[in-house]
Amino acid sequence: MSAAIEIENLFFAYGARRVLDGISLAIEKGEMVGVLGPNGSGKTTLLKVVSGVLTGRGTVRLGGRTSASYARRELSRMIAVVPQESEIHFPFSAAEIVLMARASHHGRLALEGAADLEAARRSMAATETAELANRWLHELSGGEKQRVMIARALAQEAEILLLDEPAAFLDLKHQLGVFDLMRRLNRERGLTIVAALHDLNLAALFFPRLVLLGDGKVFRDGPPEDVLTEGNIRQVYGVDVRVERPAPERRPHIFLRT
Amino acid sequence: MKVLDRRKMLAVNGALLALLVLSIAACALIGPVAIDLKRALGNFFSPDAEILFRARLPRVLLGAAIGGGMAACGVVLQAMLRNPLACPQMLGVSGGASLGGILGLIFFPNWLLPLAGGLLGEISWVPLAAFLGALLSMALVYRFSLFHGRLHAYHLLLTGVIFNSFVAALIMFLNSIVDFYQAQGLLFWLMGSLSTRAYPTVAFIFAYVAAGFLWLWSQGLRLNLITLGEEAALQLGVEVASVQRQVFVASSLMIGAMVSVSGMIGFVGLMIPHVMRLVVGSDHRLLLPASFLAGAIFLCWADTLARVLLAPAELPVGIVTAFFGGPFFLFLLYREGRKMTPL
Repeated sequence: MSAAIEIENLFFAYGARRVLDGISLAIEKGEMVGVLGPNGSGKTTLLKVVSGVLTGRGTVRLGGRTSASYARRELSRMIAVVPQESEIHFPFSAAEIVLMARASHHGRLALEGAADLEAARRSMAATETAELANRWLHELSGGEKQRVMIARALAQEAEILLLDEPAAFLDLKHQLGVFDLMRRLNRERGLTIVAALHDLNLAALFFPRLVLLGDGKVFRDGPPEDVLTEGNIRQVYGVDVRVERPAPERRPHIFLRT
Repeated sequence: MKVLDRRKMLAVNGALLALLVLSIAACALIGPVAIDLKRALGNFFSPDAEILFRARLPRVLLGAAIGGGMAACGVVLQAMLRNPLACPQMLGVSGGASLGGILGLIFFPNWLLPLAGGLLGEISWVPLAAFLGALLSMALVYRFSLFHGRLHAYHLLLTGVIFNSFVAALIMFLNSIVDFYQAQGLLFWLMGSLSTRAYPTVAFIFAYVAAGFLWLWSQGLRLNLITLGEEAALQLGVEVASVQRQVFVASSLMIGAMVSVSGMIGFVGLMIPHVMRLVVGSDHRLLLPASFLAGAIFLCWADTLARVLLAPAELPVGIVTAFFGGPFFLFLLYREGRKMTPL
């Protein structure tokens, strides 16, 4: 049984600036992994290399095969991505956006069939966006839009879901909603979830495994209580914090000092 | 949820196709000289038949092909460049075609190319010079916008716009050194105008534009995904770079040929895509054929107006498209702007 995602000695540079500096990481099928790190530590770049948008030096294997050996269409049936922000310049309804996920499932010249509509309906039900179906995407609020983007990723029916700071622009309620949804998808559908995250406390509450990136390397990889320590955060983020583990979850919680 | 289905495809395209056929018939019957349809159909050698079938019909058909082609190219350029302001006139190809045509007009105005050894008549070399200009400028813009196998939208737009301004300056320079008679001919390229062409030319342009359109239509689903942005399209399974290169070459070849026979007819390629997006939505599988048919209908009627407004004199059709299209477009933008582009 091969891992869902296997990254070996991955390097990536934007021009002279090296962003990924020898990353190795294995993520098993059905795992839920949060990727943490300060701005510029390579979280987004890592997700982009895994999803095949960028090509780095080193190997990325998906289900045992190198990612370069997949055709673009095959890849999109294996990995679905929820981007950090999506700028859509043309008027599309939420339903149309979700149905675009089906492009790699049906023929290039065909319209969507019953199976595609069903997949879109199920994904919109799971993300509570069914009632937004006929609204223009650009007229939705940030939270609604993000849920539609998650619905689109689900409609791809891929086994791996990558999310790039999926709650970055959302208020408290919608942040919790998105994290809760990720956990449900992982538990109920067995999706492998890898998310780049900003909020350390939310990451600790919802994710059983965290990967802390620093300077393009994996600085720590493990359960929240091993990764989110005062020492690690000082070294990677350069900030002095106090970490407590309040009941009942006893997950690490970070308090800022002024 | 409301989504594109076969019924909507058939209903919209069927209705527009019927409207186009009616428009072609009506526009062929309307003109400065009244014709009697019964006599035209009854006696093929009557003057009525001569006007209807030899003078008007080929011109109306040419207008339909060019209106449809321009609108379809406008749709795909706006999608590919993710820019609602993109239009066929911005691509540099149109400037190259005009310059080629003008140079042809100045240096070998009277050369004729016999078709099939003269059996099908002769055609002027000028459109061929224009098409050559279009091909050269396409190669130039392509070369300047290609980095690591990818066409960059901003470079494409900037190169096109700058190349067109440069060509406009050259054309104005040529305009000031040629004689008055030739200067009249130059105006044709700047304003865009339809004129009666022999059936072989019309048939060729029609088939050429139709083939180009069908290929673009086959890319409809991919164009939908490309409007979401390059990364999203890649992640949803589209080879963005190669689709963009192919779409650029296909639309440039279409625009080059169209400008070669009609000059730069503006506005159809910018306005029709926006209007049709409002009417049928942004899904390119429907938007492309609907815009093609609507563009064809629009240019048929615009050219009919151009023929009759100052009869027996004729206006360049580009004046009509801009004069009526401009205010209508502003009105639409004012009323429906919210829906047109979510910027």
